Amino acid sequence: MEASFLIDTTKCIGCRGCQVACKQWNQNNAEKTSLGQTFTNPPRLNARTYTNIAFFEGEHGNKLFWNFARNGCFHCKKPACVSVCPVAALIKTEEGPVIYRAERCIGCRYCMLACPFNIPKFEWEKISPRIQKCTFCYERILDGKLPACAKTCPSGTIHFEDSIEKNLKEARKRISENSEKYVNHIYGENEAGGTSVLLLSALPLDQIGFGKVSEQVLPDLTWKYISGIPAVIGVVLAAGIGSWIITRRNKNMDKEGE
Amino acid sequence: MMSAERHEIKMFTPLTTGLLIIIIAGAVSVYKRLALGLGATTNLQDDFPWGLWIGFDVLGGVAMAAGGFVIASAVYLLNMKKYKPIARPAILTAFLGYLLAATAIFLDIGHPLRLWHPAVMWQINSIMFIVAIHVILYTTVLAMESSPMFFEKIGLKGVQKFVEKIMMPIALFGTLLSTLHQSSLGAVYLIVPEKLHPLWYSQTLPLGFLVSAVMMGLSMVSFESILSTKFFRHPANMDILSGLARGSLVVTGLYFILKIFLLVKGPGIAAAFDGSMEAKMYLLEMAVGVIFPLILLVLPAVRKGMNSILLVNCLVIFGIVINRMNVGVFGMLRHAKGRGISYFPTGNEIMVTLFMVAAGIFLFKFAVKFFNVLSHEEAEEVH
Ligand code: SF4
Ligand code: SF4
Ligand code: SF4
Repeated sequence: MEASFLIDTTKCIGCRGCQVACKQWNQNNAEKTSLGQTFTNPPRLNARTYTNIAFFEGEHGNKLFWNFARNGCFHCKKPACVSVCPVAALIKTEEGPVIYRAERCIGCRYCMLACPFNIPKFEWEKISPRIQKCTFCYERILDGKLPACAKTCPSGTIHFEDSIEKNLKEARKRISENSEKYVNHIYGENEAGGTSVLLLSALPLDQIGFGKVSEQVLPDLTWKYISGIPAVIGVVLAAGIGSWIITRRNKNMDKEGE
Repeated sequence: MMSAERHEIKMFTPLTTGLLIIIIAGAVSVYKRLALGLGATTNLQDDFPWGLWIGFDVLGGVAMAAGGFVIASAVYLLNMKKYKPIARPAILTAFLGYLLAATAIFLDIGHPLRLWHPAVMWQINSIMFIVAIHVILYTTVLAMESSPMFFEKIGLKGVQKFVEKIMMPIALFGTLLSTLHQSSLGAVYLIVPEKLHPLWYSQTLPLGFLVSAVMMGLSMVSFESILSTKFFRHPANMDILSGLARGSLVVTGLYFILKIFLLVKGPGIAAAFDGSMEAKMYLLEMAVGVIFPLILLVLPAVRKGMNSILLVNCLVIFGIVINRMNVGVFGMLRHAKGRGISYFPTGNEIMVTLFMVAAGIFLFKFAVKFFNVLSHEEAEEVH
């Protein structure tokens, strides 16, 4: 199984049921917020908000149009956050979800730096802070239940499948059957080397808060360096011992000369 | 006799008093950080998780420590006897540098008491893991490298002689660790190609960090030697200083070529002159840390004068610190700004950093007073 969401933002009605369901299931407290320039509330993800609906006003087919974008972890196939964690507190499970094991975490926040989607959040105000992010409702999935947000969604926006491939097929089908409704871009298909969460949108993705993320598999960038380390060790040892032997010999010859 | 003068180093000069004031004030900030948490005492936030402590204390501090391995390999591997008198101060500085970097990491991570976790919970894909292992191993090596002066002090001549005998493998291991560690700190940023500004991001970050750390190390060692001649009335050894300056010339030349190559191949020369904050920081770093020192070092007269060498040292140290701050802080600001936030360290963050710098200088002075750090060579000749 490879858990996957297909999130068709064109279907979203902006009810924020997923936000509330997520908070309930994860027992994340509500927070005090105020309205900003948009109706997005809370305005950004944080340690107590794993998912939120961002409100975007746009024009589509000459009509005023609201695009509601659900934010959250993408559960990358090759997650940068997992690759950088020095203690394997974050792991990519077999079933797809990227989960966090708080008791290992040292709080270095490298995962936050590395995530191309800026997803992991930190409990800044706590003395014993944890990283927080969407868990894909891992326990629920293992139990054969739908993730809380998908279960709650009344409009079919958050569609859960146990295969990324199935969701990709469905996404392609929707785009080709309704090409005037969607931009021709399945966000998450190739971003960061491919993710488990796929997004469809009417407005260009960067207009609804999903910036350009390269298709580069980020952990490969560091792996290239790490896999070169044995060679570096060999070279340094050889050079060190070599120069030691040579300089010793010179010294001995000097002594003999004396 | 030098060793007689050494003991005359006064502990309570205006400088030390100033240092002590900073240390006490800083200790309060350290306490606040531990008691109140990161959110209450720093300006770090979700879209800017690493700030001053990583940029200055960790990246800068470790680069400053590079003198230890450069001099240790010159003396113990390349058998360049000439530099033996500065081996002890160089290794001691490195030891302090690492200790302070480790302290900074201790205060920066959310769970200071889990600092040991990487040592048992391996995750070899993580540069942070590799860095952590290096800090642990290399601090051990440095402790061993500086142990002879400690054994000498407490009168264990036999142990001292033994450690000095096995110095070559220790130094070799230290060199290996340092090479990897200095470059790994650059490699930490390989994973953020879209966050770090292109003026600094490149696949060659590890090499750049290594070469510039060697520059920094040479300058630090030379800087200290000169200051100790001025403050501790230790005789100047122009032969050593000029030798270090020649070394700096070569390494700075290499670094200059690397930087220009990366600029041209990467974002292009125009990117350095587009007037943005990043471009200005880049030019500052290049001018202070690379171009001026290079121009000066090329002149033979500069390499022969103590004061001119001191000037070059200051430029290089300052310039490379700016480089580390650019990678760790300034180069990351554009991405944060795109997400609607900015970062400037709090007074508390700054005080903690000052605390660590002051503690470093203080400990160095302390070691110079109580151990045979600077006059090692003379002491040997007496025997
Ligand atoms: S989106 Fe970020 S936090 Fe989520 S799996 Fe990918 S790298 Fe990790
Ligand atoms: S903050 Fe925790 S989860 Fe994130 S990389 Fe560091 S140790 Fe891993
Ligand atoms: S999958 Fe679960 S944790 Fe993730 S956003 Fe949905 S409800 Fe929240």
